[in-house]
Amino acid sequence: MHLITPALGLFFWTLVAFLIVLFILKKFAWKPILNMLSERETGIASSIASAEKVKLEMAEMKAENERLLQEAREERSLMLKEAKEAKDKIINEAKAQAKVEAAKIMEDARVQIDNKKNAALTEVKNEIGNMAVAVAEKVLRKQLDPAQAQSEYINMLANEIKLN
Amino acid sequence: MYNIKFNAIFFLDNYCFETKCTIFAQNLEIVLRKSKLFFVAILLMFSGLTAFATGNEAAEEHGKEKLDIKEIIFGHIGDSYDWHVLDYTGSDGEKHPVSMPLPVILFHPEKGMSVFMSSKLDHGHSTTEDGYQLVTDHYIHEQQAAGASEEQVKALEANKGKIVSVDGAAIKDFSITKNVFSMILSVVIMLALFLSVAKKYKTKGAMTAPSGMQNAIEPIIIFVRDEVAKPNLGHKYMRFMPLLLTVFFFIWVNNLLGLIPSGANFTGNIAVTAALALVSFIVILFSANKHFWGHLFNPPGVPFPANILLTIIEIISLFIKPIALTIRLFANILAGHIIILSVISMIFIFGAMNEAAGWGFAPVSIAFSIFMFCLELLVAAIQAFIFTNLTAVFIGQAVEEHHEHDHGHGTDDIHASTSTNVMAEAVISEGIKH
Repeated sequence: MHLITPALGLFFWTLVAFLIVLFILKKFAWKPILNMLSERETGIASSIASAEKVKLEMAEMKAENERLLQEAREERSLMLKEAKEAKDKIINEAKAQAKVEAAKIMEDARVQIDNKKNAALTEVKNEIGNMAVAVAEKVLRKQLDPAQAQSEYINMLANEIKLN
Repeated sequence: MYNIKFNAIFFLDNYCFETKCTIFAQNLEIVLRKSKLFFVAILLMFSGLTAFATGNEAAEEHGKEKLDIKEIIFGHIGDSYDWHVLDYTGSDGEKHPVSMPLPVILFHPEKGMSVFMSSKLDHGHSTTEDGYQLVTDHYIHEQQAAGASEEQVKALEANKGKIVSVDGAAIKDFSITKNVFSMILSVVIMLALFLSVAKKYKTKGAMTAPSGMQNAIEPIIIFVRDEVAKPNLGHKYMRFMPLLLTVFFFIWVNNLLGLIPSGANFTGNIAVTAALALVSFIVILFSANKHFWGHLFNPPGVPFPANILLTIIEIISLFIKPIALTIRLFANILAGHIIILSVISMIFIFGAMNEAAGWGFAPVSIAFSIFMFCLELLVAAIQAFIFTNLTAVFIGQAVEEHHEHDHGHGTDDIHASTSTNVMAEAVISEGIKH
């Protein structure tokens, strides 16, 4: 039976061919292929890791932006509020000042009117006094004349008085 | 016959369960599942038909006068000096073989080396001018008629199919036989394939997606790395990856080449598997560490007389490893080839009985041989995987480091996985041989 008795020639050639294939493939195929595979695996792993990191950073950045936006909003509303307050204050102040001014003007006017009035009254009083004196003078002068002539005179005088 | 069925189903379930997690096994599982029903159906049909065939043994005997099935099958699974494709009967009524002659290289102890083409052997019809003769039945009969002694005839019978020197000298035969030629072909295919793939990796760089052949090869390389090397060899796996990959692809490619009709039965030859196992054995021996040798020659915690016995057993088991590798691959591939050839031959056995029976059986035979081819395609990969895996397991045992706290756990695991593998695989080979 040749089946279970190994043939020397075939054994030898198999050994030689296998070892040649082993060394050639080891040097030129398996080493580069396996290196590339592990390189790719580490590359993919690091890519995933860095992507994860970037994702995390992005999330952080987004949160930061959100925070900044929120702060800005708050600041804006605060500013608006302050502006409104300032406006109200300015208006109120202006109003108060206007009132004071107006009151002052009114007061001045009143004082002036009073002064004028007093001056006018003094003048009228003086005029009336003068007139009374003049009437009294004239009355005293006419006392010596008849009664008739006196009353006529008085009338005449009365007519002369023109109260302006 | 029923044996095969049950064994095979047991194997299918077992095997699938074992390597379910791997891509390779997933594909395997699908194929096996699909083929399971078909397999059972064919076997039932076939068992019925073989009963019929044995019932007609007398008729078969009658047909054997013209047809030597044994000769045909052994001619196909054996090695030869030329690549024989077919015979045709010429107009002169004689058979002419269509074959490619291959170089014959012989070393004669006195005459030295002689190289000539196998066509010079004239298929054993004449002796070459250098005095070499191909031993055939025809030649043996001739010698017998010429008055050769019984011993000489016996010696010739033992050398049938080989070349002898007519002066009786012990010659060394290093011919490029059909098997060697087929192997050279496989080497060329492997070198072309893997060097081009490696080149692709180099030109495309590491970070681009694989494409084409690279894409087909890469999962297998990753499978060998992640499912064979890493679990068995631990962190030292990178050192042994080139060997494991080369062994895997060398066996697989040659298994597949052997399945091509009129191809050589390369991996089904014991010289080939012995050479491969020798390489594995040498690697195992040279990679073995102190811990391994220590356990081998001085098993710890074993008293004096048992000590010696255990060492002897350990040494025997060390040598059984390459023998197991040799026999397993050789027997599996050989069995597959014999089954396919037998199934095909049945057409001619039936045909010799009765022409109608031959034509009638042809479709059944072809269907079964197609199925066997599919199974053999599977076996080609499985056997390559098992040879590689066992090599990895044996190397793993040799390079395993000493762990005080979980002593023996690693080996136990390896033993467990090996034994399951071996069991499953033994079951199918048993099944095939039955």
